[in-house]
Parts: sequence; structure tokens; C-alpha cells
Amino acid sequence: MTMKWRGWALATGALAISAMAQAAPPTAAMLSNACAGCHGTNGGSAGPSMPSLAGQSKEAIVDAMKKFKSGARPTTVMGRLAKGFSDADFVAMGEYFSKQKLHATNQTLDKAKIAKGASLQETNCGRCHIEDGKEGKDDTPAMASQWLPYLQIQMADYLSGKRKMPEKMEEKVKPMSKQDLDALLHFYASVK
Amino acid sequence: MTLDRRNFIKLLGGASSLALAACAGTGGGLSGPTGGRRVVVVGGGYGGTIAAKYIRMMDSSIEVVLIERNDHFVSCPFSNLYIGGLMKDLSPLTIKYDKLTTNHGVKVLQAEVTGIDAAKKIVMTSSGEVTYDRLVLSPGIDFRTEEIKGYDAKSTPETIPHAWKAGPQTVLLRKQLEAMPAGGTVVLSIPLAPFRCPPGPYERTSMIAMFLKQHKPKSKIIVLDANPDIVSKAGLFKKGWKKHYEGIIDYRPAKKVTEVNAGKKMVTIEGIEDVKGDVINLIPPQRAGHIAVAAGLVGADKNWCPVNPTTFESTIHKGIHVIGDACVAGAMPKSGYSANSEAKACATNIVNTMNGKELVDFSGINTCYSFLSAKEAVEVTGVYKVDKAKNAIIAVPGSVGVSPDLSEIEAIYAESWLKNILTEMST
Repeated sequence: MTMKWRGWALATGALAISAMAQAAPPTAAMLSNACAGCHGTNGGSAGPSMPSLAGQSKEAIVDAMKKFKSGARPTTVMGRLAKGFSDADFVAMGEYFSKQKLHATNQTLDKAKIAKGASLQETNCGRCHIEDGKEGKDDTPAMASQWLPYLQIQMADYLSGKRKMPEKMEEKVKPMSKQDLDALLHFYASVK
Repeated sequence: MTLDRRNFIKLLGGASSLALAACAGTGGGLSGPTGGRRVVVVGGGYGGTIAAKYIRMMDSSIEVVLIERNDHFVSCPFSNLYIGGLMKDLSPLTIKYDKLTTNHGVKVLQAEVTGIDAAKKIVMTSSGEVTYDRLVLSPGIDFRTEEIKGYDAKSTPETIPHAWKAGPQTVLLRKQLEAMPAGGTVVLSIPLAPFRCPPGPYERTSMIAMFLKQHKPKSKIIVLDANPDIVSKAGLFKKGWKKHYEGIIDYRPAKKVTEVNAGKKMVTIEGIEDVKGDVINLIPPQRAGHIAVAAGLVGADKNWCPVNPTTFESTIHKGIHVIGDACVAGAMPKSGYSANSEAKACATNIVNTMNGKELVDFSGINTCYSFLSAKEAVEVTGVYKVDKAKNAIIAVPGSVGVSPDLSEIEAIYAESWLKNILTEMST
């Protein structure tokens, strides 16, 4: 009964909210909304060098955040920001973004490269980047509809050795030409 | 009796949802009874737009009225790039509000707020009174011009721009730089912290120096900083200035400008040392936007608004929340990204309160980029949370830091930062 009165008093403004000392720890939405300034509302990015998080799998987000935190994956801001959160926070954010609808980007892409990439992806990448990159096996990130500049920056980091490729990816990527890789990125960027 | 909270409130408000539907159709009725579920947001910048949008995203049964005097907003972040000549106009920094209405049902009222009656819960505007259940103020900053002798709040900025609110002032400063003869002197005066955007004056120094280097041979910029040293990213700015602008930037710490003479184009430091310039960019000391000051929301320092660190509700007037540059947000810097994070936490807790749900503690982020040259940027980041014992927002240890060096990739990320945050505010 006491609680009910209090709730009523708060709702009608009879009490200042600040009178209530207790508050729950940050929810998944509270943690994730703070990311949206750079990654877009609900994780749908409008900035070509920033990845969309919407529709990404929980496992991929947790894996990326852990690697940012440890320094295993090269970053600018993310290494420091990841240090501000716990592993449980990573899981909460991962779950939150995995539930958001895949963000379809509208970008200018080369049609010939998309077609070439489409023919290459099935045999080379499709075992892990499943469903045309809309999903990923285990902690493999979804790549469908990501911004091409973001994908190109990541590929450059892989090729320079700054970002370490998973073994299976390395086997496939090493023999490929730069043109083939660029075609693949065009393909994944085009998937909606 | 198991009446749930929502229904209970509806009963109290007297079929409030019907009343709201009627309001939405006519666009009027803002001075009448609120139905118990109206939030008024004042200020359509980095904080206000986000608070308005997120309240509607979280609960579309809450009526949100965004009051803003202009029909558009120009971003301060990146406006230094325009001053440096890297943008031809301010359009990449300008947003409109129409999609907040079409996408989220935010009612936008273009009007000047003239006063707030905290007891009666009324906002007075140039278009009449607007009643509220909860009020969110995101008024930004105004200037303590009375602390600078000879400064007339209206006429001085017409010749001595501050350019610390983006728009016509930004354009004026660039025009003055363009008109300045080669070999001229620019004077930039920086107030004591805290002020809006801690690294902003030093980014401006860099962008003006870049402009002088390219277009005005033998010119220089004298920086009169009231602070004992560069307030933010000091090592990186010093490194960048040495790399690019040796002999162009004359940085003078602990030089507090106390007087201005617009006719003579001169400022005076502590009443004794005169400095003349062909162009003078005087950034006066700051306080919360005048609406918040007039409403009695500033604390003992008479400048900034103390708030609850979880809800951003004023500790002075209940029912009024203050976000962005105007509030005291503990360890968070006065930045656009901070305002974005604060707005979301404030929105969450207003919605939860109106729905009789539990409050949620604040978790926020700051990410702030500064350009040192046309292609190089640096940043500062941090994650922030509430310290219950201190009842204040603190930085999470290890999360706060700056770029290791100037870099081109950070400039590329900065461009996307701008694109994303402005898109978030306007769609």
C-alpha cells in the first residue's frame, strides 16, 4: 500500500523524483542508447566509417568488445570505452543490438563488383558469413548492409596485420587479389 | 483492487488519451489541462531533440512538446572547420525538426520562452502559455558579459564575435578573417573553465592558424587563455601546433581578459595589459542559458544548475529537469555527446516515473573529436556512471583518455560521428 501511494505521488508530481533514493542498475537499453550517438539510433549507423550494430549477433558484439578491452583488436576510441564496461554489460548490449532490425543502408556501389563478389562469396566466405552475411556462425559478425568504407577500413587492418584474421579466414583471404576482396566487400555492403 | 498504474493515471487525468488525441488534431490546447502525461522540452539542440525523441520512442502515449525559438539548429561541433575554411557553408551542420514530428509525433512549437512558473507548471512563451507535467530544459549557455568591462551584450558581438553559439556569429568570424589583410593579428580570448566544449577554443586556434597559414601570409594568432594551461587534450594540441603552426600561434596562458574596447579593437588583461588585433574573437565566461537562470535553477555558484545524477531533475525545483551544458553533471564535460547521453537517461527516468516504474541509474558516454589540420583529428572519450556514495556522476576508471597521436583515421571517424549524431537528433 505504501509503495502504491508513493508511485501515485511520483506520477502526479506530488514528490520530486529525487526523493526516491533507490534506482536499478543501468538496463541494457540505458547502456546501449549511449552508443547510439556514434552508431545511430537503435544501432543503425548513418556514418560511413561507423558500423551498424543493429541485427549484429550477441556473440559477435561480446567478442568484439572483449578484444577492444584487451587490445587484441586495434581501435581508436573503442579500446578505452570498452574499459568502462563489464563482461555482463557486453552481454546486455549484445542482446539489445541483436534484437534490433538489420539497418539497410543506402549507398552507391559498383554493380559489376557486387556481381563478382556474389560469385566469390558462396565458396569462400559462406560457411561462416551465412545467409549472404546477414548472419554469422558463432561469433562471426554479420556484414550485410554495412557501410563499404567501414568494411574497407577493417579489411585494410586485416591485410596490414593490425587486426588478426581467424585462421580459416586467413586461408581464404591470402590467395585472393585486392580486386576480389573489394568485390566481396561491395557484395556484402549491397545485401539488404 | 488491482487497478494497474496506467489505468489509475488515466482515471486521474480523466480519459487523458482521448484528450490527447483531440489535441494532436488541432495542434492547440497546449495551455489547457495536460491530462497528466505531457512533457515539455525547451531547447532544440544536442540535448533537447534527443530527450523529446526518446520519450516518444519509449512511450508514445506521452505527449511531448518541443519549444525552440528557431526553425533549425546549427551544430557547434565542427563549426570551427567552417571558420577554418574547410566547409563552404553551414548546411552540413544544420538540422530541422520536421522529422521528429512525422517520425515520432513530437509537437514542435517555434516560440521564445519568456518565463517558467515552477509552482503552477507553466512555461510562458511568445506564443502563449504551455502547461506541463514534467519540464526538460536544455537551454545551453549564455554569457557572463558583465564580467568584461566595456562589453555590451547586444552591440559588442556585432564587431567582436564570440562565435560560441553556431550560426550568424560563426559566419561573422569567418568573414572577418577573410577580410583581414595579410600580416594581420587575430586575438582569441578563452575564459576560465568550466565553459561549453573544453577542447573547442584550442581546435578553433588550430583552424584559424590553418586558415592564416594558407591564405594570410605573415599573420599570427595570439591566444589569451585565462586558464593556467590548455584545458583539454593539452599534449596533443601542443604537438599539433608545433608540427603545423610554428610561428603562427602565440599561446599565452593565465591571461584573463577583463575589458574590451570594440572601437579600438583591443582587449585588456587584468586591467593592465592591452592587446590589439585586426580580428578579435572574445569568448566570454559562461553560465547556464538565461531561461534556467531566470527560473531560479542555478546553484550556489549562480552559474550552473545542480541536478539529481540519475534523473537530471533539478535539486531546486521539482518537476523540472536540466540537461546538457547548463547542468552540473559531475565528471562529464560540457559537450554535445554528454548532452546526448544525459538526455536519454533523463527521458528513461521521466517515462519510468510517469508509468510508476523503477528508476534506472545513469550510464553515459562522451566522445569528442577535435581537428588539428584539414586531415588530422584527435579525440577524448569516457564512460560515466553514478557513484551512489557521492551521489554524483563519476568517470569509470580506465575509460577516460585521449588519442595517442594526431591521426587521419580519427578525422574520418569524426566525420561519421557528426553524421550519426546529427541524424539521431533530426530523424
